[in-house]
Amino acid sequence: MSVLDSKVPQGHLKDKWTTYKDKINLVNPANKRLIDIIVVGTGLAGGSAAATLAELGYNIKSFCFQDSPRRAHSIAAQGGINASKNYQGDGDSDYRLFYDTLKGGDYRSREANVYRLAEVSGNIIDQCVAQGVPFAREYGGLLDNRSFGGVQVSRTFYAKGQTGQQLLLGAYSAMNRQIARGKIEMFNRHEMLDIVKVDGKARGIIARNLITGELERHSAHAVVIASGGYGNVYFLSTNAMGSNATAAWKIHKKGAFFANPCFTQIHPTCIPRSGDYQSKLTLMSESLRNDGRIWVPKNLDDVVAIREGKLKPTQISEENRDYYLERRYPAFGNLVPRDVASRAAKERCDAGYGVNTTGEAVYLDFKSAIERFGKIEAKIQGDTNPSEEKIAKLGEGVIKEKYGNLFQMYEKIVDINPYKTPMMIYPATHYTMGGIWVDYNLMTTVPGLYCIGEANFSDHGANRLGASALMQGLADGYFVLPYTIGDYLSDDIRTGKIATDTPDFDEAEKNVKDKIDFFVNNSGNKSVDHFHKRLGKIMWDKVGMARNEKDLKDAIIKIKAIREEFWKDIIVPGDSNEMNLELEKAGRVADFLELGELFAKDALERNESCGGHFREESVELFGEQKGEAKRDDENYKYVAAWEYKGEPSDAVLHKEELEFKDIELKQRSYK
Amino acid sequence: MNLTLKIWRQKGPQAKGKIVKYKVADISEHMSFLEMMDVLNEQLIYSGDEPVAFDHDCREGICGMCSLYINGEAHGPDKGVATCQLHMRKFKDGDTIYVEPFRAKAFPVIKDLVVDRMAFERIQQAGGFISVNTSGNTQDANAIPISKHAADEAMDSATCIGCGACVASCKNSSAMLFVGAKVSQYTLLPQGQVEASDRVINMVTQMDLEGFGNCTNTGACEIVCPKGISLQNIARLNSEFLKASLKG
Amino acid sequence: MVVILLKRNFVRFLRIFSTMGILSSSIARKVAMALSALFLVFFLIIHLTVNVLSVFSEEVYNTASHFMGTNPLIQFAMQPVLFFGVVFHFVMGFILEIKNRGARQINYVKNKAGESSSWMSRNMLYSGLVILAFLVLHFIDFWFPEINHKYIAVLPEDPTRYFEELQVKFISPYRVVAYVLAFVFLALHLLHGFQSSFQSMGMNNKYTKSVKNFGKIYAIIIPLGFIFIALFHYFNQ
Repeated sequence: MSVLDSKVPQGHLKDKWTTYKDKINLVNPANKRLIDIIVVGTGLAGGSAAATLAELGYNIKSFCFQDSPRRAHSIAAQGGINASKNYQGDGDSDYRLFYDTLKGGDYRSREANVYRLAEVSGNIIDQCVAQGVPFAREYGGLLDNRSFGGVQVSRTFYAKGQTGQQLLLGAYSAMNRQIARGKIEMFNRHEMLDIVKVDGKARGIIARNLITGELERHSAHAVVIASGGYGNVYFLSTNAMGSNATAAWKIHKKGAFFANPCFTQIHPTCIPRSGDYQSKLTLMSESLRNDGRIWVPKNLDDVVAIREGKLKPTQISEENRDYYLERRYPAFGNLVPRDVASRAAKERCDAGYGVNTTGEAVYLDFKSAIERFGKIEAKIQGDTNPSEEKIAKLGEGVIKEKYGNLFQMYEKIVDINPYKTPMMIYPATHYTMGGIWVDYNLMTTVPGLYCIGEANFSDHGANRLGASALMQGLADGYFVLPYTIGDYLSDDIRTGKIATDTPDFDEAEKNVKDKIDFFVNNSGNKSVDHFHKRLGKIMWDKVGMARNEKDLKDAIIKIKAIREEFWKDIIVPGDSNEMNLELEKAGRVADFLELGELFAKDALERNESCGGHFREESVELFGEQKGEAKRDDENYKYVAAWEYKGEPSDAVLHKEELEFKDIELKQRSYK
Repeated sequence: MNLTLKIWRQKGPQAKGKIVKYKVADISEHMSFLEMMDVLNEQLIYSGDEPVAFDHDCREGICGMCSLYINGEAHGPDKGVATCQLHMRKFKDGDTIYVEPFRAKAFPVIKDLVVDRMAFERIQQAGGFISVNTSGNTQDANAIPISKHAADEAMDSATCIGCGACVASCKNSSAMLFVGAKVSQYTLLPQGQVEASDRVINMVTQMDLEGFGNCTNTGACEIVCPKGISLQNIARLNSEFLKASLKG
Repeated sequence: MVVILLKRNFVRFLRIFSTMGILSSSIARKVAMALSALFLVFFLIIHLTVNVLSVFSEEVYNTASHFMGTNPLIQFAMQPVLFFGVVFHFVMGFILEIKNRGARQINYVKNKAGESSSWMSRNMLYSGLVILAFLVLHFIDFWFPEINHKYIAVLPEDPTRYFEELQVKFISPYRVVAYVLAFVFLALHLLHGFQSSFQSMGMNNKYTKSVKNFGKIYAIIIPLGFIFIALFHYFNQ
């Protein structure tokens, strides 16, 4: 039997969570006061968990590296949050949300976890509305929904194009209330640099005060990691500059298994890179694909002319355009899931049809939507024979109403008016489905150590559906962890305060300190960004949207070589006892350099195409689906959980076989 | 393009700072301002200097971490954007650009261009919330209909990213736009009404304690706000405060 | 002398006052500032109305002035209130200015304040100081002789003396220029101040825009009226 015990409760799928909640051990209010919990990260998962646990009466210590919890990168999520409220009466249900999420994830997530996620999704909306989150509403005063990411129901709640911001501010306000009450002790501008285990249990962390450089010891009865994803392993991604994998990687090194690291999501609608100086990529909401049509020129001559600036996209006639998503996937067209849309764009650009100077861009065109909306609007206004200008003007008005902030953002960045000229888009790394392995309780393989939100692996399988990340973060933090952690902590009511002047803390702090001292003292000659960019390029070229054995093997060798060079040649100016941004980056990139290799190793090991992970060796060879991704349920229907054994290459694979009792596995088809 | 930068350098909170001149070359007009700063920092690292510390994170104008007073304006010469969305096409070859931290007594400098905005945190902690617990059986989200107009208006206030540009550009370093936006969001929604009086009194009291100046309605905050938070929020804050004070 | 003494005590009083009770809050202070401002705005209308009469008829002007100067309600109730209003507005203005300057200890090396706010809004202190200086002149010109006439020297009352007293003040072109300049600054002060006072009191409804527009008209018309009267008497000597 595997060492991995998912601890999924017995019983029917629909009853598991309810029965579980009925049976778990509780901690009474007087005892909760005696228990400390550390929460690292203050995004949707960490923020909501800290607030809820504090409400319950635990003493929370909350950490974020930014100057305020409100700046966690959940803030940047645009589109919306799914919930199976069925307010629109279009046939939605917990089961359907569960089914869509599981199927969308290509059956690589744990059935029971996903069902629970769907089950609590409705509560999230109730909770957020009660907190004063200003969701969009209809004229009747009830909540508005939109359809998102190609699903068949309208279940996405949204607050303009800033849903993540509003949800995070909701969780942040709940945190503030607890900070004011003294139940959360907030550590802004602090970075967790290691976990401390006492007798095998997670009992504390070592954190660096990023203002003074001081190393601090913090103890607790349980530690919750909610530090987000590791998309920045690609250097360029839509993640924030500070988003990092350090907390997750440090716990991995202390015994938490890392699951499915190769499952990463490349989002199709991002603003293309403009040059080598590029520091990050900007995402534009997927909702744009509801009305925009994606195309590249049919003729390579036109592509060349466009790149040289001799031709404008508006000058290319309809018959010379290749609406490749509509051509390849007539049933779903431009609304195919993210992974499919991204790969299709890459395929066209690899074939030489990319439309900007870097050769990495396709058009997202709103002209027909503007025309369509313009005509409808004119009809509403009673104009039966509107002029073309009037149609364009009215249509642009409708588009502005729907996507105004996105269009404005695009224009600010690219300096091209997207109402008149098609937008240019290209896929970029956006989200990582993989992460720390957790059981049904969200506990890692280290007792007392929990991992929630994007940092864990649990709910999205190999591909995440649009508007599901916010749902998972808040579900974990508001409604799941507060129950499951109590069950564990009920054994700790007599433990008392955990001392920090013990050998375990001494050792952990010494290790952290040694590494910091190494960085500031090393007389190297290459900057942190130098290494990060090189790692990113290998990851993107060889472990990106399409992967094959040869490249993955090559990547593993190259990443290892860069890592060795890094430890020799790194230069970090400044001191350790002050604010030192280069030092912060150095530590994070050191971890990415290890994670990147494990990532490639996992991708190599998984010789199937599924979700965001596309293996060129695993495609359909015949029939209608020829050339499309081919999943291999017979051999790879498991979670790959890696145990740290020193070098990433020594990592040991543990498999959690996935069981699907309530659902029939189907090949995804968008033809 | 080639540029001269005049940047505020300050070793630490207690240290004395000064403007230091740097030169950067071959800057592309498509770069963002912060990418230009990255270029400068790489240059400094390789020449054995310490890079310039500045706050930044999402680089897409939503986290509110970036600050910078660029050429005499909060978030620089472009309107409706945070520093991270400012692009170099707003500058010309040969320009001299001053880069300073946001200045206010309530925003002390930590290092170089990094300032401490904890004052905003404490204001929010004083009342920037609705006291509702996470029980899992809160009333249904559709139980209280809220007019689309009110919801939209609340949303407009709620888009504040808490960057502090309002304080930085106000001649009085007043935080009224920030506080006004937060108070407005909750005032406009029925959920927020229950605690409205306490909230506004507590938040304003905290704001005053932090050492922000008084609002004299110059309107600079509204102009520089990357999210276009309107002065109406300040008017609403004033009236809410008066209402709450008179109620006693 | 009396005034200075009064004012000194008043400042002390305000200092204490501004840190306690209702004026302890920044918003309360600005509301108080706004209320005193609106009171003065109202006073300006009355003042102008009486002055305008001097353009049309010497007689009516004298009657009105006599009424204002001898009516006990105006003399002993309204006048002190006005006095209080003026002093309060000035003193509070200074207190706010001191506090506001304290809120930023290190100034920007480069600051383009003009990009985001109007000159008027940033320089209320200076336009206010010019008005204050003018008020001193104005007191020397009219108020002190008036008080002296009525209460100190107790000269015989002549209900027709006012028009002459007025005219005589506008013989000197220097004084006329000083008056005109002061009113220009009054206009600048009002251009920001009028709408600002409504904003400070939290006005935020469908009339806000109209009030703001009215404020602009008021800020130009009223000072223009005073300027016109000064010039009228200068040229009609």
